Amino acid sequence: MTIQQISVFLENKPGTFRNVAAELSKNGVNMRAMSVADTADFGILRMIVDDNEKTKKVLADGGYIYKETEVLAVEVGDTPGSLMRILETLGEAAINLEYMYAFTTKKNDGACLIFRVDDVAKTTQVLSDAGIKLASAEELKEL
Amino acid sequence: MEKNYYQKELETMEREQLLALQNERLVAQVKHVYEHVPYYRRLMEEKGLVPADIASVDDLHKLPFLTKDDLREAYPDGLLAVPKGDCVRIQSTSGTTGRRVISYYTQHDVDLWDECCARAIIAVGGTNEDVVQVSYGYGLFTGGPGLNGGSHKVGSLTLPMSSGNTDRQLQFMTDLGATILCCTPSYAAYLGESIADRGIKDQIKLKAGIFGAEAWSEEMRRDIEKALGIKAYDIYGLTEISGPGVSFECEEQAGMHINEDHFIPEIIDPETGEVLPYGEKGELVFTCITKEAFPLLRYRTRDITILTDEPCSCGRTHVRMKRPMGRSDDMLIVKGVNVFPSQIEAVLLNEGLSANYQIVVDRVNNSDTIDVMVEMTPELFSDVAGSITAKEKSIVNALKSMLGIYAGVHLVEPRSIVRSEGKAVRVIDKRKI
Repeated sequence: MTIQQISVFLENKPGTFRNVAAELSKNGVNMRAMSVADTADFGILRMIVDDNEKTKKVLADGGYIYKETEVLAVEVGDTPGSLMRILETLGEAAINLEYMYAFTTKKNDGACLIFRVDDVAKTTQVLSDAGIKLASAEELKEL
Repeated sequence: MEKNYYQKELETMEREQLLALQNERLVAQVKHVYEHVPYYRRLMEEKGLVPADIASVDDLHKLPFLTKDDLREAYPDGLLAVPKGDCVRIQSTSGTTGRRVISYYTQHDVDLWDECCARAIIAVGGTNEDVVQVSYGYGLFTGGPGLNGGSHKVGSLTLPMSSGNTDRQLQFMTDLGATILCCTPSYAAYLGESIADRGIKDQIKLKAGIFGAEAWSEEMRRDIEKALGIKAYDIYGLTEISGPGVSFECEEQAGMHINEDHFIPEIIDPETGEVLPYGEKGELVFTCITKEAFPLLRYRTRDITILTDEPCSCGRTHVRMKRPMGRSDDMLIVKGVNVFPSQIEAVLLNEGLSANYQIVVDRVNNSDTIDVMVEMTPELFSDVAGSITAKEKSIVNALKSMLGIYAGVHLVEPRSIVRSEGKAVRVIDKRKI
């Protein structure tokens, strides 16, 4: 049960993020969650949006370099320790976490973690064995 | 396949016979220049030379060189060898380096130039059945007029497009079924991208391209051939000598045959001026032996190349030159190291990057810096920053081993590097030296 995340290349100069955001907003794309990774030289915008097909079209038309990748989402309680439980589970299974970001949800005053691993199948199994439920794309929309 | 030549007897002439022709033409030309160009006569007199001292090509090395500085000093007509009334045309350099240079032509000069271009078109398989799209600039720049004239001589249907207006280029290319494209390699690459963007590759009937007037690499040739579904051929020339067609590639794509019945090439050591044998790398020098109006003798091109007299299987006997490896005057010296933009391009293409790059040279705290801006590609992009920085590092290492110095690599947005529809701006040198 994976989520399709869209990432966009951002050149390291003023206004690049704003330009992408403006294109998306103009076309009515809603970002559910996002994070920006930055290096000395460039940035990567990663986002979960409400309409991937539309987003990809907007990006392609705008000449952006983008990519769709599988990430995992887990809904957790907005309480101390809930992140630790997941990290410990992944650590014990020697799963390498590439990156992670989170947003708080309206439903149940909870939080949702989005993370990227190199081995999706193994991670899904490990989390399921530990009784941690992955959120589907549909569920994510309801959060 | 039946081999075709525009002027078979001249293009495939036995070397001995060709040398006899060159001797005869050189002797007459030196006399013509001595008598009609006071500027060059003075240079000869300074060396104690009279026309009788030049009896054959063996004596060529005795003659003084001409450089772009001489052309500037003699501007606008100090090197003209016929009355202005005998001239029918001027052309001028595109002005990428220094001040403008003007070259004059009589009708005879235009004809021989057109014939050289006709040889080039036929060498890539052109016939009167072909549709030749000339997308070099027209006007003072020699690219458009040269290939246009050559195409007329061949009897091909000529599309005098000039450069720019890509929509119109592609419309004529598809509607009229252009089969041979003539333009700069960077514009050919750009047309290739535009064709892919529009998804119209199946409507393109091109079979060959004749590309010159700027530095390119074998990797770029392969990219263009793939993008346009053609064979891409090199052509070489310079306004001072006539224009494109001074040399051109045959179907072997293994160096450009110099039209030696018109232009005698020499390779010299750029430092000492000493003539080097075939096979050695040095600066290319030309002596025009048939031109009337602007017959430069021993003109230093600043292009660095190698000549070979190895027989070519195409049957042409004229010596071949390698694509210039750089110009001694656009060669960058960074931290005391000689850097050719073509070396950097080769590394980028070899690393699977786009051919759209820009080199920025600067001086920070009295030390030279060199940075290469490269456009991001979908293949290179990843949502994981580490995999992109790892690739950047491998490019930096590859550049370091090629150049011997550190060059920074910066990834920029696609299509953010200006694509000039004439000459690409490859180097920005910000140093105030």
